[in-house]
Amino acid sequence: MNAAAPLTVSGLRKSYGDSEVVCGLDLELRPGECFGLLGPNGAGKTTTLRLCLGLTDPDSGSIAVLGQPVPAQAREARQRIGVVPQFDNLDPDFTIRENLLIFGRYFGIADATLRARIPDLLEFAGLASRADTRIQTLSGGMKRRLTLARALVNDPELVFLDEPTTGLDPQARHVIWDRLRKLLKQGKTLLLTTHFMEEAERLCGRVAIMDHGRIIAEGEPQALIAQYVEPHVVEVYGEAAPDWAELRGRVLAERCEAAGETIFCYSREPAPLLADLDERDDLRYLHRRASLEDVFLKLTGRELRD
Amino acid sequence: MSTKNHWGLPRFSLRFLHIWRRNLLVWRKLAIPSMLGNLADPLLYMFGLGYGLGRMLEDVGGMSYIGFLAAGIVCSSTMMSASFEAMYSAFSRMHVQKTWDALLNAPLTLDDVVLGELAWAASKSFLSGSAVLIVAAVLGLVPSPLALAVVPLIFLTGLAFAALGLIMTALSPSYDFFMYYFTLCVTPMMLLCGVFFPLDQLPPAAQTAAWLLPLTHAVALARPLVAGEIPAAWLLHVAVLAAYAAAGFHIALALTRRRLMT
Repeated sequence: MNAAAPLTVSGLRKSYGDSEVVCGLDLELRPGECFGLLGPNGAGKTTTLRLCLGLTDPDSGSIAVLGQPVPAQAREARQRIGVVPQFDNLDPDFTIRENLLIFGRYFGIADATLRARIPDLLEFAGLASRADTRIQTLSGGMKRRLTLARALVNDPELVFLDEPTTGLDPQARHVIWDRLRKLLKQGKTLLLTTHFMEEAERLCGRVAIMDHGRIIAEGEPQALIAQYVEPHVVEVYGEAAPDWAELRGRVLAERCEAAGETIFCYSREPAPLLADLDERDDLRYLHRRASLEDVFLKLTGRELRD
Repeated sequence: MSTKNHWGLPRFSLRFLHIWRRNLLVWRKLAIPSMLGNLADPLLYMFGLGYGLGRMLEDVGGMSYIGFLAAGIVCSSTMMSASFEAMYSAFSRMHVQKTWDALLNAPLTLDDVVLGELAWAASKSFLSGSAVLIVAAVLGLVPSPLALAVVPLIFLTGLAFAALGLIMTALSPSYDFFMYYFTLCVTPMMLLCGVFFPLDQLPPAAQTAAWLLPLTHAVALARPLVAGEIPAAWLLHVAVLAAYAAAGFHIALALTRRRLMT
């Protein structure tokens, strides 16, 4: 176990009744990185975060957060962690400023220190002009920014972000991404769960893809793309696409996957494929580079997770 | 799923005061309507029944009926206020607003949260019970300074009912669930524990049952104190209320751990 690692998890297991939600998880974060924990709904991401915060006890395995064993010293660990939960739980009875002040008091931080820190946090969240607004009047994006600012009130070394941009519009999402990059520049370590692969690809130095409680792939996003999928993807749309895939697609591409009337063709050398498609006027297509999403879908499958 | 830890003893920390203070700050924003709402109900009972019914009665237990009633209403309004706060308001914070989730992401534990809610509900009911006592004193219904001993009694009564309410909160799937507790526990206590008439008017079996309920012991202490007498067997009554508070808190904590630490 590396003592300098902000978070070390080994052999972590957790069951609910008969179903094992986390099945022997190993993780080690490096100081100052953004690590993405990716997975479909129900993969065990949120349970893993709860275990790392000491909010539930593991069945077996060990967790160390910033050198503190969890759950034994979870309170001490949480003193130095910031948490952006999946669902906003801002205090609706308080203003923006009061939310930050009162949350900071939970850490035992003196009011004077908090009052000095709050203007910077408001600035960071882009909420300085609305400091005395009640929470109910805020948009989803503003609430998310405030939740992020609140997670920083104790100047944490490690920040857990559980699907921080779910439900946000693109503008709001880009603002959150920008703020997270700022945190990385300040040297903070981020652990991000998301099912937006684009988000992980933009922010994370390393990602782990998790499914059914296990990590099934881990590494740098570009390295995972190179390892698991062909570099070119051609998406083919149209009623005739499934028939085309049977006759031509499967011959011209290394691999084809169907999702309804859309065919995903994976290829190292896409020129013949594109030439064939250019001759068809009943099909539309999009040629793009392979992304982390392709890796994710290859490893976790295309069926729905409800 | 392991259940071994849920019944462990509470781990007390002064950090519960952060939660108590948070609830106080929210309450302060709505203090005046909240106090008026808390006072209206008990005062209506006290004046409506005290004057209306009191005219037809010579005296009850050696005092005017409204004086008799005042001590009972102090206790019942404490019970009501503690129960409401520990159930509806705590449930909102736990389940609807997810305030507890935020607290648990900070360096606070579930033990801190449940203790903070207990202390807060008892404090709020303390205000309600004390307000009724003050109104009774202003009306000249409290002849003796011995009534000052009712002040800590109100807090103890609040702790007992807050603890019971928190048990219901830990079990509750929705707000509707609390109606069972009100119908099956709070209303019977209101009517059978000596608030409105002396306990000895009940058949013996009902009297015995009433002595198992916490409100009976609160009333048995408050009524002589308001009249200026030291209650008989006061230590026993105090012990019963303290036992309800302590055991209720431990059960509420264990059930809350079972509910949330999963």
